[in-house]
Amino acid sequence: MAPRKTPVVSRNPQLIRGVGKYSRSKMYHKRGLWAIKAKNGGVFPKHDPKPKAASTAEKVSKFYPADDIKVPLPNKRKAKPTKLRASITPGTVLIILAGRFKGKRVVFLKQLTSGLLLVTGPFKVNGVPLRRVNQAYVIGTSTKVDISGVNVDKFDDKYFAKAAEKKNKKGEGEFFEADKEEKNELPQDKKDDQKTVDAALIKSIEAVPDLKSYLAARFSLKAGMKPHELVF
Amino acid sequence: MVKGRQGERVRLYVRGTVLGYKRSKSNQYPSTSLIQIEGVNTKEEVTWYQGKRLAYVYKAKVKTNGSHYRCIWGKVSRPHGNSGVVRAKFKSNLPPKSMGDKVRVFMYPSNI
Repeated sequence: MAPRKTPVVSRNPQLIRGVGKYSRSKMYHKRGLWAIKAKNGGVFPKHDPKPKAASTAEKVSKFYPADDIKVPLPNKRKAKPTKLRASITPGTVLIILAGRFKGKRVVFLKQLTSGLLLVTGPFKVNGVPLRRVNQAYVIGTSTKVDISGVNVDKFDDKYFAKAAEKKNKKGEGEFFEADKEEKNELPQDKKDDQKTVDAALIKSIEAVPDLKSYLAARFSLKAGMKPHELVF
Repeated sequence: MVKGRQGERVRLYVRGTVLGYKRSKSNQYPSTSLIQIEGVNTKEEVTWYQGKRLAYVYKAKVKTNGSHYRCIWGKVSRPHGNSGVVRAKFKSNLPPKSMGDKVRVFMYPSNI
């Protein structure tokens, strides 16, 4: 149906739920149905039903279950990435709180569709590669790095997926051989991606005095430091 | 707990002390422990720590998972009283020998 240009307004105000103010005959007059009839020669205008498209002959299956199976309601929900804290904007220096790189100060690049934050050391400065980090395990500082020279469009969650392991056919001999001999070498193109991202970043980092050594140093709580009073 | 290399020792947790279980004069309820967090002295200061994870780390004679150290995880749930003491629930109740021992109050899940 074509969308209506004016919203539907009822001419029959409700006294209470289920009871209108005007009777059926009064509403007939209010809606002007007598005028529609008069315009059409004493009868209501009729529209011929639209011709139905010829339905293809459905093949009836021989087997169907004895009782009706309940079909679950369709779920049309789409997950949105977690809301990014106001303190975290592209170029912010973050402190990682847990994991292998705990205490490291790291530059935030962008939020991925899964909600995780894409982050880089830069690798040359503090050894943190391009990595995903959860927002809950991170403190956003007020230090910002200029990130305009960096192109992060090619990184998404699929980039970080584990490489599919090729399935070895299980033979008896292979159990006794050292199966996992080949160490997982980082593919060269990932190393190159790291270099390109870091090149632009390191330039903007070196422009600010002391920022490079700041990023290289780790954060730690010292005696007398109270996190609830610290301003990051 | 095991570090592959000798890294920098960074402390990213606040020290806390286990005071005991939630209790009245003659009854104690071991499902909730009371923790005194260093440097936290009022009910208002506790709100920063609410929801933060806690770890009670202890040593055992037998190696499990390659280490003599074991850990019970928990969370800060709410303040206890007006002076900065905190109630915490652990995955399994803290053992009575933990009273007076240190507990680590981490800074995650973080909100800053």
